Amino acid sequence: MSDPVWLDRLRAHTVDEAWRTYDAVQAGPEGLNAFLSVDRSARGAETGRLAGIPVAVKDNLATLGLPTTCASRVLAGYVSPFEATAVRRLREAGAAVIGKTNMDEFAMGSSNENSAFGPVRNPLDRERVPGGSSGGSAAAVASGVVRIALGSETGGSVRQPAAFCGIVGIKPTYGRVSRYGLVAYASSLDNVGVFGASVAEAALGLEIIAGHDRFDATSAAVAVPDLTAAMSAVNEGRPLAGLVIGRPVEYFPATLDARIAAHCERALQQLRELGAEVRDVSLPSTDLAIPVYYIIAPAEASSNLARYDGVRFGVRATADDLGAMYERTRSGGFGDEVTRRILLGTYVLSAGYYDAYYRRAQAVRTLIAQEFAQVFASGVHVLFTPTAPTTAFRLGEVSDPYEMYLSDIFTVTANLAGVPAMSQPIGTVDGLPVGGQLMAPHFGEATMLRVAAALEHAQRAERMS
Amino acid sequence: MTTETITHGWELVIGLEVHCQLKTRSKIFCGCATSFGDAPNANTCPVCLGLPGALPVLNAHAVELATRASLALGCTVHDTSIFARKNYFYPDLPKGYQISQFDRPLATAGAIAVGVQPDGTPRVIRVHRVHMEEDAGKSVHDRFADMSAIDLNRAGTPLVEIVSEPDIRSAAEAGAYARRMKQMLEYADVSDANMEEGSLRVDVNISIRRHGDAALGTKTEIKNLNSFSAIERAVEIEFVRQCRVLTEGGVVEQQTMLYDDKRNEVRPARSKEGSHDYRYFPDPDLPPLRLSASFVAQQAEALPELPPARRSRMLVQYGLPENDVEQLLATRELADRFEAVASASGDAKRAANWMLGPLLASVNASGLALSAHPVSVARLAALIRLEVAGEVSNTAARQLFTMLEQQDGEPLELARAAGLLQVRDDGALVGWIDEVLAENPAEAARFLGGEQKLQGVLVGLVMKKSKGSADPKKVNQLLAARAG
Repeated sequence: MSDPVWLDRLRAHTVDEAWRTYDAVQAGPEGLNAFLSVDRSARGAETGRLAGIPVAVKDNLATLGLPTTCASRVLAGYVSPFEATAVRRLREAGAAVIGKTNMDEFAMGSSNENSAFGPVRNPLDRERVPGGSSGGSAAAVASGVVRIALGSETGGSVRQPAAFCGIVGIKPTYGRVSRYGLVAYASSLDNVGVFGASVAEAALGLEIIAGHDRFDATSAAVAVPDLTAAMSAVNEGRPLAGLVIGRPVEYFPATLDARIAAHCERALQQLRELGAEVRDVSLPSTDLAIPVYYIIAPAEASSNLARYDGVRFGVRATADDLGAMYERTRSGGFGDEVTRRILLGTYVLSAGYYDAYYRRAQAVRTLIAQEFAQVFASGVHVLFTPTAPTTAFRLGEVSDPYEMYLSDIFTVTANLAGVPAMSQPIGTVDGLPVGGQLMAPHFGEATMLRVAAALEHAQRAERMS
Repeated sequence: MTTETITHGWELVIGLEVHCQLKTRSKIFCGCATSFGDAPNANTCPVCLGLPGALPVLNAHAVELATRASLALGCTVHDTSIFARKNYFYPDLPKGYQISQFDRPLATAGAIAVGVQPDGTPRVIRVHRVHMEEDAGKSVHDRFADMSAIDLNRAGTPLVEIVSEPDIRSAAEAGAYARRMKQMLEYADVSDANMEEGSLRVDVNISIRRHGDAALGTKTEIKNLNSFSAIERAVEIEFVRQCRVLTEGGVVEQQTMLYDDKRNEVRPARSKEGSHDYRYFPDPDLPPLRLSASFVAQQAEALPELPPARRSRMLVQYGLPENDVEQLLATRELADRFEAVASASGDAKRAANWMLGPLLASVNASGLALSAHPVSVARLAALIRLEVAGEVSNTAARQLFTMLEQQDGEPLELARAAGLLQVRDDGALVGWIDEVLAENPAEAARFLGGEQKLQGVLVGLVMKKSKGSADPKKVNQLLAARAG
């Protein structure tokens, strides 16, 4: 049996090819600014499933040899003495890690404008944002520098930029990929995710980094299925016959941009044509997801970011006494959004407020997870929704933090419930890509990817015809 | 006012928080060594340094030891407990939070007996809870002239914190509770429980109230207590201080106090403390700790014999006075050694007398650890066997013990070389008896004529002639046979 076309295309994209593209798109005033550091000597290995294939890694994943800054001044120049498990697994598969990608500082943001080292531009329209927080990785794939890149997700930070940049982005089940070496933002929501130029390439990346890791107590001892094989045989007949696709009505509000809604309905129609049954379902607590997320994530962040105190590593401000050293190091080291979330999180965990905010938010989070479980238990295999309520907006266009938070309204639920989800391109509006989102039960990545591959094939066939 | 007048009518209410280092080889959330005294920061890694991206993984052995400690204190070990983050900034706290347990601790509701009440019933102090946590590092202020240094070797050492109920009513009782706690943890084999090395640390919470009042007064917490007697002294001082404050119409402020051993003073800690908001919340990096009933049962089975049970058994098995048994139980090492000597010598009574008398005196005088003392189990047992067999006299045995302290060699060989062995050979004894009878014809005649009371005098003369080496029992027998 010969290798599939996508694999030949991936192999043909060499490190040299990556640098040619990089040099064309990265630097200059109109450059993408997708990378924060690069390793021009990286060649990868001669053997392995990713032998010699260039990949990019978000700058909040610890790497040996290249700095890990989380796009924050507080970690400027910091080089980790150990490597993230996901990165190690890429290298062990032969990949060449060519650089670290720009991001919103500490993964807090939805536009990549919160980087201490400047925003990333969207390769499809340089006046627009690539989405965030993994904007650099999304731009690196969308611009053709690499075909596979690692990002991270806490509330949609892979899926939303994938949607804005017209590529595929996967957030796996919580526990599917080790968080060891992923610099923590909100530990109970954080995931390492994968971008791919196609569903198959993203699936291959996920397959390589997935699996139990004894260095992460929250990583699951669940076998990783052959994700790329699960996608074969989606090209003929009615490959999705027998599958039920849920259409959660709360994700299609009357206020949804009609053009985005139309692309979603078209995709749902294609899924029907592929043999699936499409069924309306309800996830009633969806509107609580954003408030719950903005209690739990900042609460965990306020604790996770306490270690940036200037004592052991990173930047230290000079001061006469300890308290002033802490204050100056942290005030000077963190940007506005990070500061805002640390303060918010400190507040909701404070004595007297804990029950009203954090405890209630956890209760609602449990409710949201239960609603997902009930829908999947009712015979629905996969859910389909829009990924984001808008297409990529202009740099500087969204300045109100709360408005920015709403950019993740369709994606935070999967993080709160811990279920796998992904985004793939389903069309364009005014030349800007629209993302369609699939969500599946815990550890249901194989089915989710099979649906995604079938839809991707049908879309491509339609464009060609 | 005298101290008695000031404290009159006030009841002292004390609760103790004991932090105990578990004796695991590696730290609670990483593989670094827990050894004491290494070069600063030698035993550190990304996890215990709190580097970005590092994650904690719970040490299973620490859970075993913490469970055993809880069971030894009579606590109920819960099937689910939860690790929580205690958030505060301090330079020797690498992550900016300590991983501890908060509202779902490992174990609750235990008790230990700390002595006997006047009515003969045991005095029981209840244990409120036992939880697991990681230790912080150390700030070093005296190494460099104009800066502080941080040593994180201790960061991540596994601890259990054992919190008592406020059941303690006197300084002596506080000391007794701490000593008994040390003894229980040592016997349970979960900790070195050494206050000098810091593997056992005690904080004391003190308040006072009028006798008969039910409500508790405002408490202060005394830290920096590095010995059992320091606990007792500090409690006395703080009791008198609080009584004085209230008697003079003042109010006791809730605050942290430090005990200064050199000056025997209790004074307020320099800083803030008191009103810290630690913003506890469940640690999302660690799943809830779930322990099966069979795991807990296995830990109960793995527990060595604890002091109460051992006391009962030793009383029956060795027929020793209660006071001797209590003394032998003081440390597990002493009790183990006693039982080894009793078994090897076959004479528990003598073993107890030698251990509690000459051996402990020698250990205290030499400053040596019991395990390093030259009078080993085998040598002491051999000495006792010589004594039991009549090979050496009581007096000679004492001399032999002194020799064992000072030189190597088998007790029998040393005794022989020093002429400490009793002469029991009939030929030699008969020779001395004949000589004594010949040299004292008048006494000899009276003795052989039936005057039995003269036997003692004649034995004394034989002993003198043998320079103390004759076995007096044998001499008696031989003389009696002559008279018979």
